[in-house]
Amino acid sequence: MATEERTGVRGATRAEIEARTLREDRWWLSPLVTFVVFGAFVIYATVRAFMGRDYYASPYLSPFYSPCLGDCVEGASDFGQPFKAWPLSAALIILIFPLGFRMTCYYYRKAYYRAFWLSPPACAVAEPHSAYSGETRFPLILQNLHRWFWYAALVIACVLTFDVVLAFRNAEHEWGHMGLGTVLMLVNVVYIWLYTLSCHSCRHAVGGRLRHFSKHPVRYRLWTWVSGLNANHARYAWISLFSVALVDLYIWLLAMGVIEDVRFF
Amino acid sequence: MARHPMTGNEMSSEAESRLERHHYDVVIVGAGGAGLRAAIAAHEAGAHTAIVCKSLLGKAHTVMAEGGIAAAMGNRWPEDNWEVHFRDTMRGGKMLNNWRMAQLHAQEAPERVQELEDWGALFDRTEDGLISQRDFGGHKYARLAHVGDRTGLEMIRTLQQRAVALGIDVFMECTITDLLKAAGTDEEGPIAGAFGYWRETGRFVVFEAPSVILATGGIGKAYKVTSNSWEYTGDGHALALRAGASLINMEFVQFHPTGMVWPPSVKGLLVTESVRGDGGILKNSEGKRFMFDYIPEFFKAETADSEEEADRWYDDKKNNRRPPELLPRDEVARAINSEIKAGRGTPHGGIYLDIASRRDADFIRKRLPSMYHQFKELADVDITAEPMEIGPTCHYVMGGVEVDPDTEATSITGLYAVGECSGGMHGSNRLGGNSLSDLLVFGSRAGAAAAAYVSGLDVLPKADEHAVQAGERRAVAAFTGSGEGGENPYTIQHDLQQAMNDLVGIIRTSSELEESLSSIEALKERAKAMAVEGHRQYNPGWHLALDLRNMLLVSECIAKAALERQESRGGHTRDDFPGPDPEWGAKNLVLRLNAAGTGVDLTHQPLPVMPDDLKSYFEE
Amino acid sequence: MGYDLKMRIWRGDQSGGDLQDYTVEVSEGEVVLDAIHRLQATQSGDLAVRWNCKAGKCGSCSAEINGRPRLLCMTRLSDFDQTETITVTPMRAFPVIRDLVTDVSFNYEKARELPSFQPQPRDADGKRRMMQVDVERGQEFRKCIECFLCQDTCHVVRDHEDNKPAFAGPRFFLRYAELDMHPLDTHDRRALAQDAAGLGMCNITKCCTEVCPEGIRITDNAIIPMKERVVDRKFDPLVWLGSKIGVRNRDNDGRTDPRDPD
Repeated sequence: MATEERTGVRGATRAEIEARTLREDRWWLSPLVTFVVFGAFVIYATVRAFMGRDYYASPYLSPFYSPCLGDCVEGASDFGQPFKAWPLSAALIILIFPLGFRMTCYYYRKAYYRAFWLSPPACAVAEPHSAYSGETRFPLILQNLHRWFWYAALVIACVLTFDVVLAFRNAEHEWGHMGLGTVLMLVNVVYIWLYTLSCHSCRHAVGGRLRHFSKHPVRYRLWTWVSGLNANHARYAWISLFSVALVDLYIWLLAMGVIEDVRFF
Repeated sequence: MARHPMTGNEMSSEAESRLERHHYDVVIVGAGGAGLRAAIAAHEAGAHTAIVCKSLLGKAHTVMAEGGIAAAMGNRWPEDNWEVHFRDTMRGGKMLNNWRMAQLHAQEAPERVQELEDWGALFDRTEDGLISQRDFGGHKYARLAHVGDRTGLEMIRTLQQRAVALGIDVFMECTITDLLKAAGTDEEGPIAGAFGYWRETGRFVVFEAPSVILATGGIGKAYKVTSNSWEYTGDGHALALRAGASLINMEFVQFHPTGMVWPPSVKGLLVTESVRGDGGILKNSEGKRFMFDYIPEFFKAETADSEEEADRWYDDKKNNRRPPELLPRDEVARAINSEIKAGRGTPHGGIYLDIASRRDADFIRKRLPSMYHQFKELADVDITAEPMEIGPTCHYVMGGVEVDPDTEATSITGLYAVGECSGGMHGSNRLGGNSLSDLLVFGSRAGAAAAAYVSGLDVLPKADEHAVQAGERRAVAAFTGSGEGGENPYTIQHDLQQAMNDLVGIIRTSSELEESLSSIEALKERAKAMAVEGHRQYNPGWHLALDLRNMLLVSECIAKAALERQESRGGHTRDDFPGPDPEWGAKNLVLRLNAAGTGVDLTHQPLPVMPDDLKSYFEE
Repeated sequence: MGYDLKMRIWRGDQSGGDLQDYTVEVSEGEVVLDAIHRLQATQSGDLAVRWNCKAGKCGSCSAEINGRPRLLCMTRLSDFDQTETITVTPMRAFPVIRDLVTDVSFNYEKARELPSFQPQPRDADGKRRMMQVDVERGQEFRKCIECFLCQDTCHVVRDHEDNKPAFAGPRFFLRYAELDMHPLDTHDRRALAQDAAGLGMCNITKCCTEVCPEGIRITDNAIIPMKERVVDRKFDPLVWLGSKIGVRNRDNDGRTDPRDPD
């Protein structure tokens, strides 16, 4: 460990100060909260994804399982069951896409590099690692695949929107009804869209990649609009994380019969 | 550990005993706009060039320039051309300018600005995609190429990046304390190099070079309330004097009308003229827009005499005359000074500069981002909601080293001076925006001229080794000379600044100027017994002690010339001689180091006569 | 109004040093640099500190105040409680020279490694035309005052001296982005940014943005867009497909990467 101690801010050429940081504010609070909340979500999502049941309470389909492409319960599959032979939970077939999108998201990267990998735990607080290669090598070089996942996330967001439309039915699939589940799914899909469209890759694709905005006025307008959303990307990332878990929890409880859906009409 | 080629950083102790030497064709002292532009020109002309600067590269005072670069490109007003710019410049300088410099400046500024674009500058644009130009005091047409209110930063960064791209050697945090003359020559002999020290280590360094370009900026640090940084200690002025060159126009010091007055720690900090160019007005504590009471006869014909006309001018320049807030700086500064003296000042002793009530918040934030930031951060004032409190601040010295207008050569062979440390271009008062263009135009000329001079030399002058040794002795004198009981340089500087502010300020009288001269003499005596604690490695007390020598010499020049000139003109206002005098308007005051080397001698010299075809621009 | 401020200032050089206690009288409206100047003038004439404009415009007086990278001239004493001790140290990512002054030559080396602006020829009338919307992104980046606080706070080099040769740092990613978004530049620097400048080392933890005294959104507006531009070249399936079937990428208009074979 002797070598580790003499690098970085305590390296030979730097000002001789023993403390890893002289910050006196509660710099540890933000990474700690992130760690706890993300950790709780990951545990919840893992449990739910592997359960393989209680994800459909007609007409509501849990976003963790949508589109339901495996051997799903009746009424859950609106796009057929091409993976009917898949032996495990149907969530595992599609969850890689939203999961991958969030894992490679520029905001989530910041949050988990700080909270989980302490690289760095906070600004101007020395990190505990002796070596660092950033995102230049496998596996972290795969973060560059964010663009691919964004394309997939657009499809998923469309599917979830379709699910919301279907949620304007009653349990017998008759149109013109709305329950608390519908409202929750609607709120969720709004935030999913806000999160997906405020993505840095989206901002780049709609116009950021251009070198002459003046030659592409429509794309410039779009870029300006997405840039506005992008400033709130972190907020949408958090809210959509909660909303997706909440919708799933609500459907889980419905499917288990613990609660009854509140019907408005 | 080898020296880093960009910064010269070297901390090894073994090199300390040897005197470090470098050989160049052209050495440029100062890395502001003028120094960098000169270096680029010299390099492009094939000279082996070095820049030596007191700060890090890119920190020079040019970054503080806010408003813009004056150049008659005609992007906003096709009627604008070099003749109009020339006329504005001469009238702004109350006809005391060197006409040839003003002419070259007006003619070449547009191309110098467009060159910056070739090197990556991103100016604000017009609707047609050309470089946008804004209004400024004393300029007939909107003429200042700008980037928000951080034009100086854009300019220095562009030049810096160009110099780096060309691979020009830069010696950062290195102070030149003496110029070296050729061995075995008399006072008129040619330049052979420069002597200085690394601020970082305190080690001495000799640059052997047949030509030296001074681009050290101004003298503002001799004043208490100033917009200038610590570097502005008149180094180039003093180096030139000691090398045998002459200074002219030293009595003309520009007090910028709008400096911050509160909080005390930022007193004097510049508030850009663009605030007024973009619609800001000046009001006294009674809420009166007082500038209408201070329009001088000289500018009556082109200045609005009612608020209505002044307000219409921003949108319709053809049919209305300019608001009086946009008179040249000397007029506005004097008017503000009078209002404050008459008891109509603000609580912190300034007057109000109001743009909040005249432009909407978005406009202000977009056009004046750094002013918004500066007041918000430093004074807790939101300039989009409340007026600023401002007052005059020492900003610029029109006087400087006397140079040949075409080559910027001084009377000493091989020595050149450009930018604020040269004199003549701005006459008795500089127009806003003419400073940045001055740096570019004459920087470029001096660099090319110095390179041409060197390439024409068969034998290089050899530096006088005795002078090197004398330089070393002088530099360390503050450590060894006085021992116990010597005075702290900070105290002496403080007293000098106070004296200059009180006695050689905006409004001057003969009795106060005489008093200032005796104060300076007394301060010179005290400086002889100055003592510095610590050692030579990055020791700010020692650095100040060395700079103080220059400040004292330059202050003496200002006071002496101010006492001599018995009239009021531009940046020189005498309470006892309130008007301009045509006889004085025909001559420059020239200062040279006296025979003993302890002070300066003053002589009169007729102004160069303008050719008749140029004279015709001033007949109406 | 005036009060006695307690300060701890790091004094020393490369051979060693420590935090020393001072008490200095300060008054209303002052900034940390004022307190340090008063110390110099009254107690410690040889206290080394780098500064120039004292207006937040030149970026010379970078240091760390209570552990956070900041400009001494833009940190107001009123941000602190009057009883609080303010700790000032030099920037901890760079070699120290003396007291609060560090050797920032790393940044000047990196500046030299960067290929400069290479414009298209001027228009026929000798002028250049660029639209305001096309220069605005670059103008944000050119607000940079080169205080190097972003370079100081960036853990890639702050915590790992060995990364310095391979990593240009946020200030220069800003420069890469500025040139890449310049409407008249002809040099494609995307591959260079990824390889030579070490863009991939950045794990976008946004500390550079947090410390920027100019409020430049370094991460969102420069680094991430540069990463996305690199993705365009190297990792995007649609762009790749487009190039295979002969759809020209119009974004490349007017520029080439000298390292490309054609």
